[in-house]
Amino acid sequence: MRGKHRKTQLVIVAEAAIESRLVALARRMGAQRWTITDIRAAGLDEVREGRWEADRTIELRLIADPEVADAIAEQVLTDYAPHFGVAMHFSEVSVLRPERF
Amino acid sequence: MIDVVVLFFLLGVFARLVGSDLRLPEALYETLSIYLLLAIGLKGGLELSRQPLAALAPEVAACIVLGFSIPLALYPLLRALKLPAVDAAAVGAHYGSVSVVTFAVASAAIARAGLPAESHAALWVAVMEAPGLVAGILLARRAQRRADATKADAGGAAGQGWGALAHEVLFGKSVLLLLGGLAIGAVAGDAGVAPIAAVFLDPFKGVLALFLLELGLVAGGRLAEVRRFGAVVLIVGIGVPPVLALAGAATGWLLGLSVGGIALLATLAASASYIAAPTAMRIAVPQANAALSITAALGVTFPFNIVIGIPLYIALAQAIAR
Repeated sequence: MRGKHRKTQLVIVAEAAIESRLVALARRMGAQRWTITDIRAAGLDEVREGRWEADRTIELRLIADPEVADAIAEQVLTDYAPHFGVAMHFSEVSVLRPERF
Repeated sequence: MIDVVVLFFLLGVFARLVGSDLRLPEALYETLSIYLLLAIGLKGGLELSRQPLAALAPEVAACIVLGFSIPLALYPLLRALKLPAVDAAAVGAHYGSVSVVTFAVASAAIARAGLPAESHAALWVAVMEAPGLVAGILLARRAQRRADATKADAGGAAGQGWGALAHEVLFGKSVLLLLGGLAIGAVAGDAGVAPIAAVFLDPFKGVLALFLLELGLVAGGRLAEVRRFGAVVLIVGIGVPPVLALAGAATGWLLGLSVGGIALLATLAASASYIAAPTAMRIAVPQANAALSITAALGVTFPFNIVIGIPLYIALAQAIAR
């Protein structure tokens, strides 16, 4: 397929309590497009079943230029990781219309 | 005889303890909670339509003072139990705020006992949601300032500003729907609400039963956490509510409320928020241990109030009003 462009996908799994703040941060730092889904999450130290309001977990998925994704992740680490449940991972993706990301 | 809605709660706890796969869809949970908040508001609003609003000012003021004082009174006690300062403030905020479902169960129990009660009591619930949170946040911020003065901050974003917090609490789902329901009930009156009574008033207790089944599942899931935190959550979760109920009952008596009204205010004082408070405190005081507050409020106090506390507070109100 013609016209594929490399971008970075950043996935942030976090407490739903900070959803609006994460979106504001991503928008401020140059992300143009993202999706958010409600998920259930678990680890060896904690289970977040999402059974009621204070237990919800979200996944914020955004695609951006590598340096934008890095900057967002760095800021999330500084601002939220010390006190909130946050997990992040990156992957390289190919997109068709690069100006949209 | 134990109220039928409480049996649904116990069924939920049992299902959880035996590891059943029972789970209510999240969308249903949301729907039920929206329904309950609106229905409680509407019912209170109908009563507001029948009386002058100015007469309620002393009650509103008393509810604000009561809610605000609870975290301040609990703070030294929780510190004496060796809780860190921010956790003591956060736990206090949960108890200063209120549990709408505990209120609903108490209302049902009072109605079943045939006791007179103020029908506009939903207004107290709406008023009491925020003051305790504000007091808890003030205590936490003061504790943090002191900690910051002695050592450099370990990092992380400072708590959210007051403007965003006020928006979160005042326009959050529970206060918005309670006050919205109150306003609609007050404006529409009995005649206006009659066409929707078949949906919002009559099936209330059945919906409450279903919601309590789900809350039983949630509360049952916190029981393992109780073991993790040990005696302190039990002391707080079971020891604190009856003492707060005394303060609530005394306030109700001073206001000249009916027997049912005194019992409701005692219940509200004794109840701990597990919806508005965790969300608000998470954002305002991220340093606090959220699991500790939630385990005390939802894992211990909520079941205690539903099963043992409410009958106790009703008996207390009857003794005081005699």
